[in-house]
Amino acid sequence: MAKIVAGVWTSHVPAIGAALDLGKTQEPYWTRVFGGYEKSKEWIAKVKPDVCIVVFNDHATAFSVDIVPTFALGCAAEFEPADEGWGPRPVPVVKGHPELAAHIAQSIIQDDFDITVVNKMEVDHGLTVPLSLMFGQPKEWPCQIIPLAVNVVLFPPPSGKRCFNLGQAIRKAVESYPDDLRVVIFGTGGMSHQISGPRAGLINSDFDRAFLESLATDPSKATSIRHIEYMREAGAEGIEMVMWLVARGALSDNVEEIHRFYTVPASNTAVGHLILEDRASAPSALAAE
Amino acid sequence: MQQPRKEYEDIPGTTVFDADQCRKGYGINMFCMSLLKAPNREAFKKDEAGYLKQYNLTPGQTEAVLKRDWNGMLREGGNIYFTAKLAATDGLSFQQVAAMMTGSTQQEYADMMLKGGRSPNGNRSKSEWANKNG
Repeated sequence: MAKIVAGVWTSHVPAIGAALDLGKTQEPYWTRVFGGYEKSKEWIAKVKPDVCIVVFNDHATAFSVDIVPTFALGCAAEFEPADEGWGPRPVPVVKGHPELAAHIAQSIIQDDFDITVVNKMEVDHGLTVPLSLMFGQPKEWPCQIIPLAVNVVLFPPPSGKRCFNLGQAIRKAVESYPDDLRVVIFGTGGMSHQISGPRAGLINSDFDRAFLESLATDPSKATSIRHIEYMREAGAEGIEMVMWLVARGALSDNVEEIHRFYTVPASNTAVGHLILEDRASAPSALAAE
Repeated sequence: MQQPRKEYEDIPGTTVFDADQCRKGYGINMFCMSLLKAPNREAFKKDEAGYLKQYNLTPGQTEAVLKRDWNGMLREGGNIYFTAKLAATDGLSFQQVAAMMTGSTQQEYADMMLKGGRSPNGNRSKSEWANKNG
């Protein structure tokens, strides 16, 4: 059967993608950021996931204001990197896993999560920057990717609790898939940032560090954070952190922390990163297998 | 009719993009969305006011776009992820636009970020901004 063996959380700041694409990674400003992902790249190269489910948000790329789905699962065979106005990022086409995605969709809808099924979607930096941070700049992404888009653009996004519960339903769905697949789930976005209006530039490191700690040790603290608190404390766009809770809900209580990293800033944003292995589904360290 | 109270309206310097703002700014946001296509970016650059006519903007919205009043666009119902397409069309980065919205130069803004960003202290509610400015 398929198993979710680990979770990866990371910010998806567009400037990180631009720094990579424009070859600026050796500048001191950026070595500070990319240095936090060296261990992560080695780790994921050893884990060799078959599939990564990437929880991300679309930034007015695939979804305009015509239709705004709260949760949208990418069930297509592939997803093209989008032109967000600066031209498309020079990254590989994202290959999906339509069979597992369809299975997840059927399972979670019957488990009371009324998600939207998407069969055509271009993917923006929200999805491709985390892939670049974890996999570097390969010719092809080394695994199949199932995108799960969460609305955090039009207020209100789903609650943190709802996101966490969705993650639990995804875990149940994955575990009922017959093929042996090693699945890693990504929670992306955040951490604290505000990029709109006169209050732009807000960063709250205390909030971010407490959030990371909660994910690693006691997710019930993070799931009880209300929308107003995210926006007031972590910036209007900091509310993206609800997406991290989908990925946390997809892991069991029995997790081991592999890596944690935090730095300020990347452009306008605090960068947070965490890796947890799931000891319930991967009893020994993945790298040792 | 009395409007329901929105507790997030108390956050200073922030326009929360909710369903009311979304309805108000439909034209602005769909205009910005059109700029994802390179030929549309070119057409807009050639004749900005003419191009905008197809989106039925109010005079206030049109003015905010033409003057690149980034905060004005948000008040008029624009959303930052949409107006960012206009910024991209102008060749501006997110950080350059953020600096403009805060009334700082890009250097001042970048320096603030390098020093850890804008603290939440004193920036949580409108009353704190009123005290600061009053």
